[in-house]
Amino acid sequence: MQIALFIIFGLLAVAGALNLLFQRHPINSALSLVVVMMSLAVLYWSLGAEFLAAAQVIVYAGAIMVLFVFVVMLLNAGEEDRTHGSKIAYIAGIPGAAAIFCLLSFVFLSERGQFGTTQLGGYLTSSVSNISEISHILFTSLLLPFEVTSILILVAILGAVVLARKEL
Amino acid sequence: MVVPIACYLVLAAVLFSIGIAAFLIRRNIITIFMSIELMLNAVNLTFVAFAHMWHQLSGQIFVFFVMVVAAAEAAVGLAIIIALFRVRQTLNVDQVDLLKN
Amino acid sequence: MSHLNNFEIFLLFSIVKIAVVLVITLLAVAYTVLLERKLLGRMQNRWGPSRVGPFGLLQPLVDGLKLFLKEDMMPLAVERPLFILAPIIAFSCAMISISVVPFGATTMVHGVDLFQIANLNIGLLVILGVTSIGVYGIALSGWSSNNKYSLFGSLRATAQVISYELALGLSLVGVILRAQSLSLRDIVNSQSAHGALSWNIFGGFQFVAFFIYLMAAYAETNRSPFDLSEAESELVAGYNTEYSSMKFAMFFMAEYANMITVACVATLLFFGGASSPFGHIFDHVASGWFLSALCSVAWFVAKVFAFLLLYIWVRATLPRFRYDQLMGFGWKFLLPVAMVNILATALALSYHS
Repeated sequence: MQIALFIIFGLLAVAGALNLLFQRHPINSALSLVVVMMSLAVLYWSLGAEFLAAAQVIVYAGAIMVLFVFVVMLLNAGEEDRTHGSKIAYIAGIPGAAAIFCLLSFVFLSERGQFGTTQLGGYLTSSVSNISEISHILFTSLLLPFEVTSILILVAILGAVVLARKEL
Repeated sequence: MVVPIACYLVLAAVLFSIGIAAFLIRRNIITIFMSIELMLNAVNLTFVAFAHMWHQLSGQIFVFFVMVVAAAEAAVGLAIIIALFRVRQTLNVDQVDLLKN
Repeated sequence: MSHLNNFEIFLLFSIVKIAVVLVITLLAVAYTVLLERKLLGRMQNRWGPSRVGPFGLLQPLVDGLKLFLKEDMMPLAVERPLFILAPIIAFSCAMISISVVPFGATTMVHGVDLFQIANLNIGLLVILGVTSIGVYGIALSGWSSNNKYSLFGSLRATAQVISYELALGLSLVGVILRAQSLSLRDIVNSQSAHGALSWNIFGGFQFVAFFIYLMAAYAETNRSPFDLSEAESELVAGYNTEYSSMKFAMFFMAEYANMITVACVATLLFFGGASSPFGHIFDHVASGWFLSALCSVAWFVAKVFAFLLLYIWVRATLPRFRYDQLMGFGWKFLLPVAMVNILATALALSYHS
């Protein structure tokens, strides 16, 4: 069950990410990123993080990416044109990204024995749900960071309103 | 049959590298912004995998904060993009490097 | 059924449940359209559809047949893949969210709950998430149509839906605080003690939350008085201007399926779901498990039906908002009131415990 979930949604995530890389229209890239986020939500759920799976769908796929699509629609962005800079980027970018991938996966695979294996649904006890455990930590030991983040969001809203005003 | 945690980590590495490649190759500023989100997502996956490995919730709470900050970042970033588009009428990053004029 | 093991029983029951719920929802969508046309007609002093079948009862079938048989027009300038994908997203999201709704009292047969497809511990979040994905259907349909009216309609609808989603989500927090769970089954069970007196809207003092939910739900489903995305006097027909035949029908069905989902959620969260308003007073009348299960489903359907009537009544009564009024109402009125409601509920709960 778990390996089926991992293969299906892992492949879907990689396919979506590659589509983001190779599509030239921003709206197609945005939609493939939505596919990546939805499949990551399923993977989170299979790792026992139900709350994060729901938050991933609601916050990332349902709010942030809708905002991206909205801006693409609003600015009527067309396909991007190839410039001199994109050629240099192709020459430098793909080997660099490949090198980072090789490094990361070498580290992960060489230490794979120490990471252990996963178990569907996680190790959390079924009596207490994932959500109540997370909220308990958030509202007791991590209350200050939580409130600071809310102030951060408030500042971000104000900043967005000021920046997007017409008479800037 | 169980999946080793290293598989999840390698998947995250794949997504992260694709994000880097997209960040470098793409010229549209919105797509570049989206590839940053892709990299954040890849890192989130490693956090969840490590939280699962250590049987602790700290990793999941980290992901929660990353999501919140990403939301704030998207709001401000897209507002900047809109303001930029008003001034320059373009979304291509190669045409926005004209500070020297 | 003794030769099947547990997993096979579970699979069989799940497939049957999904098929039955799908068929019933589609029928309900079709007949909600008829109900709306009939009631609107009566409220505006005309007959409504009355020619096909007795009282026009076969009208939905004929409408469906007409939409099936029409030519599927594909305008030349559309973005083809997204143009086809958009109605599919809208319709499937509208149908998926019904899967976590419990339709009746818990009735276990061979370890499977008969009246709920999936009892998730994050059921409410699933509904919120799936409805927020449904926005893509609207956004993409307007953009891919390559038509300025469609684009305006979908920009309006997207902005409206993502701003009212906040008020909608915040209005539900009070209910979650009272039930201390996100599972819809638990939320229903938390209100079933003393009949109508323990429903969240009366006993839980969540009528402010219910008011906010109702307003936000009208906006979320793009229904009158907030149907600015398809304001026919300004925008031709909004985001589905370029759609015809089955693709148009999918948008149409998605709208009504969303209405039904919203009505189901209101019933579950504020009106005790499938529990009877008289509590356990009349339990001895319907004593067998079959009869009591039937009663619970009947109560659920009656409550949902009442909500649909309210929807139609509001559509017949209220004129359309202006767009700035709509946004101001959502951000400046509903959102602060929802936050005050959360604070008041939290304070009351902490005082009681």
